[in-house]
Amino acid sequence: MTIKEQQDELISDFSFMENWMDKYEHIIQLGKELPLIDDKYKTPDHLIKGCQSQVWLHTEMQDGKLVFTADSDAVITKGLVSLMVTVFSGHTPKEIAESEIYFIDAIGLSNHLSPTRSNGLLSMLKQIKLYAVAYEAKSQSQKNGTEL
Amino acid sequence: MQHVPDITVPALDVEKIRKDFPLLQEKVYGQPLVYLDNAATTQKPQVVLDTLIEYYTRINSNVHRGVHHLSQEATNAYENSRKIIASFINARKPEEVIFTKGTTDGINLIAYSFGRGEIKPGDVVLASAMEHHSNIVPWQMMCEDRGAELKIIPMDEKGELLMDEFSALLTDKVKIIAVTYVSNSLGTVNPVRDIIAQAHARNIPVLLDAAQAVQHMPVDVQELDVDFLVFSGHKIYGPTGTGVLYGKEEWLDRLPPYQGGGDMIKTVTFAKTIYNVLPYKFEAGTPDISGAIALGTAVQYVQQIGVENIQAWEEQLVEYAVQQLQQIEGIRFIGNPRHRSGAVSFLVYDIHPYDLGELLDKQGIAIRTGHHCAEPVMDFFCIPGTVRASFAVYTTFEDIDRLVAGIKKAVSMLR
Repeated sequence: MTIKEQQDELISDFSFMENWMDKYEHIIQLGKELPLIDDKYKTPDHLIKGCQSQVWLHTEMQDGKLVFTADSDAVITKGLVSLMVTVFSGHTPKEIAESEIYFIDAIGLSNHLSPTRSNGLLSMLKQIKLYAVAYEAKSQSQKNGTEL
Repeated sequence: MQHVPDITVPALDVEKIRKDFPLLQEKVYGQPLVYLDNAATTQKPQVVLDTLIEYYTRINSNVHRGVHHLSQEATNAYENSRKIIASFINARKPEEVIFTKGTTDGINLIAYSFGRGEIKPGDVVLASAMEHHSNIVPWQMMCEDRGAELKIIPMDEKGELLMDEFSALLTDKVKIIAVTYVSNSLGTVNPVRDIIAQAHARNIPVLLDAAQAVQHMPVDVQELDVDFLVFSGHKIYGPTGTGVLYGKEEWLDRLPPYQGGGDMIKTVTFAKTIYNVLPYKFEAGTPDISGAIALGTAVQYVQQIGVENIQAWEEQLVEYAVQQLQQIEGIRFIGNPRHRSGAVSFLVYDIHPYDLGELLDKQGIAIRTGHHCAEPVMDFFCIPGTVRASFAVYTTFEDIDRLVAGIKKAVSMLR
């Protein structure tokens, strides 16, 4: 699935939920199912700033695609991290860097999560994009390097 | 009220009081609001809102300056509010009441002026382990500036100050003690009379942070014999950006001014400025006139209900809340002081306070989660934060029932 298709699927999943408690039930479930980050990556280097609760995000390159693993000490935050991981994990840096992210708004999370929590979500998004751009730049320079 | 059979008949009519607060009639996420974040700020009664509108509609003008009619009216209303507040805390004179922006502003004022006037290198300032950041950081800044040292009165697991350790800390080096009357994060009511008596035996002045006290219990500055006392207007049903610093006249006369500017001067030349008398010496610039006047209205509102009646009502609420919360499986109170006022802090199992807060919010229940601007307190208990429910005169037993039901629902979703 492309990043766009992933987002559309999430939006469709959430559209069946009538109230906030249902949405949260789903987010919490996703949080509980999130594959845990390896403990050795739960270091200050992997902490995402802007979250009131703690979030750790680790990025790895596998066969040209970025794979994200993450964790949080708060379950709801973990659920939100899980949404991000679902959308972005397994795509190339270029795809991630160029993607347009609209599912957060469409699900209503940016409006309805409290401001500090929402900032955390946005910082997470920024961080993922930053990684992608960095990997993309690195691979470009390597390409240029071999051509020389 | 069927929940507690032994409840005493309250001397206040809470249903009638609730009608005075427009915001309490609002719904949140389609549900009637349960507002239990009163330690952060209280809602405002209609009379306070009316005072603000009335001020700008009828008498808006600058104070202490103009000879014209409006300026006289505004000055009278502003100074009358000072008298109301002076009488509320039983100050000897209205001049001992300084209007500030809030508790933080009041503490910064004293830390700065006291530091400049009284603190020498090697001196010691005492604060307690349960202070709000606003009663730590201004003193740290001052101590750094003056080469002095900030020492901390420790507390125990219950969230009570270790008074023996306090006595041991009292040396000739200690120049001022700044402690909270009631802890904002734990609800502990500190033995301030004992602290003041021991301090005065060594001629050490005491500043009380009464931000969580004046709205919950009678506070009489003469009876306490406290040297400085600060509180915020917005936590006692008044507007945000208002506050009060009480200081004994001899102390306020002795300390140098805080900020320079208009109103705090008698004469100004480029060579020298002669400062104004109290209280103007500490009120540089145009104050929050409407706010100060409306704070007077808020205090009168509290006086009409009777602060003793509010105390009696809230004591029942706190007792009921502790009793009901105790029945939630996995609950753990953070701070379990013998003498508690206004707030209950807790955690449930290992659930992150933020998760609980989020799910309570979606059920229309406003509580506070996090470190409550008291990170050293959280460090002491080795926790990231707590969930805190805090009460006001308009809180009902039904509010607490909804809180308990809300927590149970949230816990069932999170575990």
